[in-house]
Amino acid sequence: MFGFILRRLGLLIPTFIGVSLVAFFFIRLLPGDPVLLLAGERGISPERYAELMHRFGFDLPLWKQFIYYFTDLMHGDFGTSISTKKPIFNEFFTLFPATLELSICAVIFAVVLGVPAGVIAAVKRNSWFDHTAMATALVGYSMPIFWWALLLIIVFSGILGWTPVSGRISLMFFFPKVTGFMLIDSFLSGKAGAFQSAASHLILPTIVLGTIPLAVIARQTRSAMLEVLGEDYIRTAKAKGLSPFRVVAVHALRNALIPVITTIGLQIGVLMAGAILTETIFSWPGIGKWMVDSIFRRDYPAVQGGLVLIALIVMGVNLVVDMLYGLVNPKIRHQR
Amino acid sequence: MKTMSRLLAATMLVAGLASAAHAKTFVYCSEGSPEGFDPAPYASGTTFDASSKPVYSRLTEFERGTTNVIPGLAESWDISEDGTVYTFHLRKGVKFHTTEYFTPTRDFNADDVIFSFQRQNDKNDPWYAYAGGTWEYWTGMDMPNLVKSIEKVDDYTVKLTLTAANAPMLANLAMDFASIMSKEYADKLAAEGKQPDLNQLPIGTGPFQFVAYEKDAVIRYQAFADYWGGKQKIDDLVFAITPDASVRVQKLKAGECHLMPYPNPADVEALQSDDSVQLMSQAGLNIGYLAYNTMMKPFDDVRVRKALNMAINKQAIIDAVFQGTGQVAKNPIPPTMWSYNDNIQDDPYDPEAAKKLLAEAGVKDLSMKVWAMPVSRPYNPNARRMAELIQADYANVGVKVEIVSYEWAEYLKRSQDKERDGALLMGWTGDNGDPDNFLAVLLGCSGVGGSNRANWCNEEFNALVTKAAAVSDMAERTKLYEDAQVVFKKEAPWATIAHSTTYVPMSKAVIDYKVDPLGSHRFDGVDLAE
Repeated sequence: MFGFILRRLGLLIPTFIGVSLVAFFFIRLLPGDPVLLLAGERGISPERYAELMHRFGFDLPLWKQFIYYFTDLMHGDFGTSISTKKPIFNEFFTLFPATLELSICAVIFAVVLGVPAGVIAAVKRNSWFDHTAMATALVGYSMPIFWWALLLIIVFSGILGWTPVSGRISLMFFFPKVTGFMLIDSFLSGKAGAFQSAASHLILPTIVLGTIPLAVIARQTRSAMLEVLGEDYIRTAKAKGLSPFRVVAVHALRNALIPVITTIGLQIGVLMAGAILTETIFSWPGIGKWMVDSIFRRDYPAVQGGLVLIALIVMGVNLVVDMLYGLVNPKIRHQR
Repeated sequence: MKTMSRLLAATMLVAGLASAAHAKTFVYCSEGSPEGFDPAPYASGTTFDASSKPVYSRLTEFERGTTNVIPGLAESWDISEDGTVYTFHLRKGVKFHTTEYFTPTRDFNADDVIFSFQRQNDKNDPWYAYAGGTWEYWTGMDMPNLVKSIEKVDDYTVKLTLTAANAPMLANLAMDFASIMSKEYADKLAAEGKQPDLNQLPIGTGPFQFVAYEKDAVIRYQAFADYWGGKQKIDDLVFAITPDASVRVQKLKAGECHLMPYPNPADVEALQSDDSVQLMSQAGLNIGYLAYNTMMKPFDDVRVRKALNMAINKQAIIDAVFQGTGQVAKNPIPPTMWSYNDNIQDDPYDPEAAKKLLAEAGVKDLSMKVWAMPVSRPYNPNARRMAELIQADYANVGVKVEIVSYEWAEYLKRSQDKERDGALLMGWTGDNGDPDNFLAVLLGCSGVGGSNRANWCNEEFNALVTKAAAVSDMAERTKLYEDAQVVFKKEAPWATIAHSTTYVPMSKAVIDYKVDPLGSHRFDGVDLAE
């Protein structure tokens, strides 16, 4: 197992270099630059333009800029935002807990509903449940996030008044940030109603962000289960006289879960993409919205630093998924 | 830990206020996050709404709901005969905010004024580079060239010497970038090596003092008890940052906020008929226009420009693009601005006459570019759609149009190109309510290759606006600007298209909110019904 982790860690180094390169050049490939955007309709004189480009160091040759940036990265310096003038690292980790909290809730929502739905659909193949669940999953997968979110807000917040429209917690609650996770902080604050308020604010964004992963997980679980259910050892288990529940839950599901875990890991990327829209609509102070704003402002350091940090996190998650995979499937960890 | 204790203290403060009988909390669903809390390095209205408007005061101020300049931290001022020396007499007994992170030991005085301006003007000032050195408005309003010196005469007198007479200066000093900071606070931060805090934990003399900011989520302020203009009627001011316009409407309806900016034009009608909402509106201080590149053939011929102007059906644009939330523009300045020349006749919508005039100019089978911005702006919510309508109008007079568009930053860059082909959709929102801010900036000779997108340099026009900036007599200035508008219409460097209307939806409980013609959102003087 130790060697397996080491091999995985070794793979991270070239990936990291690749990501820093991509992050650096990607934002510079977009037309326009931060100085022009700062000037806006007013326009800017060539002298002032040159002065500001020089101030930000954007007048240096690209390769030089990259070397400075990469050297800083190696020293743990992710740069300073052009717009807010604050260190990217701080900006990122101020906002990251909000995104993480929402993403974790969305994954839990997707797994808790998706895995059982997939299992039942597979066991009761071709039943009405199977058809309904799979059709719903298809709809969920194809639904535009923006539209889905507004629809939920209008119905549940606007018409029914069951959930708050947006934000992380009611404005009447104001307490110090401890972990950055609103559910935990509101609980720690000890204020009556704070935790409930935070939880109720999470409901709609969780559903919106979790919908696509839910659909994917349900479909993946179903097909993996179908494959496993046809295996000889399942027939053997049934022949041994095990209860149908034991056959499905222990013998089949355990093996079917291997591809499902991979799928869940892969959904992290989907969650990041979904977080951009979900956060914008629900006024959720996370990194998805921050990244988009930074791109629009051509805040080069923020986009570069943000991308590298996100990549590091995704790489970390994938490493954990791989390790889980290794735990579940001994064949993988013994591979050379 | 420090932040923790600060927040704890703030919490206790707010909790204390909340328990006081009927603390009034005003919630504003703002459209975005401020870049910082020092307004001077920035240029966005979102940042000004959250920084300069609540937290700071200036030497001069705009009277609420108007563009009139009134005394602020300067109680009065004298202007020398030749208009180049301004002597400001400062208000005495003005307090800076006392917060958890700063306790002032002295009142506001001339040192604060010098500090606030010198840090933007003097490249050797230790504070010049603290926020990247991007003093956008100081350079944008041409202050480095206008200001010769800023001197302290005594603790309550400041002398500002200009390089030439400049009548709009008093209005410039009422703008956000001219907000007065506390020098004592800045010195303390410098001594502690915490310069960036000036931009994050603001101290001012404004109506509200800063309490806390949770990035991208909530900004909290409380009314400043010792505000020189008197304590506000509301106790707490909260900005709930809500980027999506449809969600802001839902929050307003659900009672989660009292007021919201920038509704989608498509939502305005529904809001008008909503009983729970009051909708205020005001003609915006802006202009959306189509600038011909008057340096390039055939647009150097005034007949061609006039003909193309007559080919555009502006009312159809107002209906389709603004969905009625705008008005047809005939002058380069909006009708709410002083010196607006209402006697001017707009070029009529007359395709037949346009065809004739084109023939007269010897222009046949013209094909041209119309540039459409990729972003929605107050003066033009949908430039692409506008360009398509113009394309159809021009087709009626035999002119073929290719619509071009670039990503916004690239568009801004190419729009400054003197060799640019065709006509460009662009616009402007006023900064200080002075006609100079439109006419000289957008159409003066010094703006060619920059903010003057028509690259139009007309001697007569330029002489009029230059003179108007130099004289201080209002009647004379008005006359000069009126004449300049006549020249503009005769020469037609632009097709003036529209002035948009600003809508501000708010709860029925909001009392005495005034829509700001300059487009900002300020909450001094506002009250809430019990």
